[in-house]
Amino acid sequence: MKLKGWKEVTPGAVILDAGNAVEFKTGSWRSFKPVWKKENCIHCLFCWLYCPDMAIKVKDGKRAEFDYDYCKGCGICALECPGKKGEKAIVMAEEEK
Amino acid sequence: MAKIMAVTGNEGVANALRQINPDVCAAYPITPQTELMQRFSSFVSNGKVKTELILVESEHSAMSACVGASAGGGRVATATSSQGLALMWEILFIASGLRLPIVMPVVNRALSAPLNIHCDHSDAMGARDAGWIQLWSENAQEAYDNTVQAFRIAEHMDIRLPAMICYDGFIIGHSIGVINYLEDEDVKNFVGEFRQLNPLLNTEHPISYGPLILPDYYMEFRKAQDEVMSKVSKVVMEVAADFEKISGRKYGLFETYRLDDAEIGIVILNSAAGTSKDVVDEFRNRGIKAGLLKPRLFRPFPYKEVGEALKHLKAVCVLDRADAFGGSFGPMFLDIATSLYPYKEKPLLINKIYGLGGRDYMPEHAELTLNELTDIVKTGKIKTFKEYIGVRG
Repeated sequence: MKLKGWKEVTPGAVILDAGNAVEFKTGSWRSFKPVWKKENCIHCLFCWLYCPDMAIKVKDGKRAEFDYDYCKGCGICALECPGKKGEKAIVMAEEEK
Repeated sequence: MAKIMAVTGNEGVANALRQINPDVCAAYPITPQTELMQRFSSFVSNGKVKTELILVESEHSAMSACVGASAGGGRVATATSSQGLALMWEILFIASGLRLPIVMPVVNRALSAPLNIHCDHSDAMGARDAGWIQLWSENAQEAYDNTVQAFRIAEHMDIRLPAMICYDGFIIGHSIGVINYLEDEDVKNFVGEFRQLNPLLNTEHPISYGPLILPDYYMEFRKAQDEVMSKVSKVVMEVAADFEKISGRKYGLFETYRLDDAEIGIVILNSAAGTSKDVVDEFRNRGIKAGLLKPRLFRPFPYKEVGEALKHLKAVCVLDRADAFGGSFGPMFLDIATSLYPYKEKPLLINKIYGLGGRDYMPEHAELTLNELTDIVKTGKIKTFKEYIGVRG
């Protein structure tokens, strides 16, 4: 993305367009990556609810894959995941170099 | 009919605010600004203005509420002095960085410690690099006129920056002087309807104020702000020309007094300029070519124009009613010296610090200064570059 010059920026750094977080991909910040273990998932959607960004996809009312473009690796989803019979459906793994 | 009244500077400025009728005013009382806001709050209580007066618990909150109200889309004013301005300091930069045209009379008072309620310029000088426009005023009339003009300058669509109107606490704020008031209707037409720019309360088009700007963009916003500052002088002159049409009173970026053919000169702000002009006259009567320059637009400082106005003099004394500790010289001296730096031929410069904490500035101080400048021209030598005057040894 070409960065704007000083003549093009809005006065006072006001953001004029709502809902533009989608343009700001934060996946590169991640050092730990959440991994979805489908077999333990009860599709409670707690992860979707708690995710502070938009890294959890939902399809037909069911939990779908992560969108890693927006995942900073904060680990909240893994913490909140109730899992099944004591086994988490989201676990954090070290990001590969 | 326009009225000529004997009023305090604070009352005059309160009347300017009444005539402008801002949407929101958030303020906290502090001497010597108190009288101004007390009078303005009477106007609010008596239904003379429709202003929403927000009584806050500190000046930090006052300026924060002003920022919110201004971003929300209102015409906003407040006022303060001394410690109040110091407490606002953090938010001053937010108001200018967000480009919010808040207007604020600053009734100049010394800073603590030692605690003192009387006039000097340390408060506004401390905020001189906060990105605000600063207009300085010699007397009650100028404080009133500058307040009316400040709204037009700050709210100009090419500018959108906050503005302070500085005038001397007690000396002008609480002393009775003559004010030639404009008609309410004339002021209303002069400032015009407030035009919003990106109001936060526009629910049809939601926007965000105050995002985090990282190293990839921060400098672009700062450069844009610097560029806006460079446009202020032109707008100040345009607004002054319009103001002259309704008032008959002429304003510029600064006032020159008998300066055109002067050999020695004084540069001095606010009320002390009046005292100095009398002494300049006495020297002229004795055949000594003395003159004076009184800055009005102090931020952004009109370096080029001031340099042009002073370059032909042989010796100049800049009198500061504040010191810039550790900066070697007073704050105004630094700007005057910078204005003259590009010229090969320029006056010899000295700096005097006077009137701190309300210490009287007397005609003999101006006389002493002009005598010293006469000596400097005669001998070509400067004995003392900077000194405190009116101080016991």
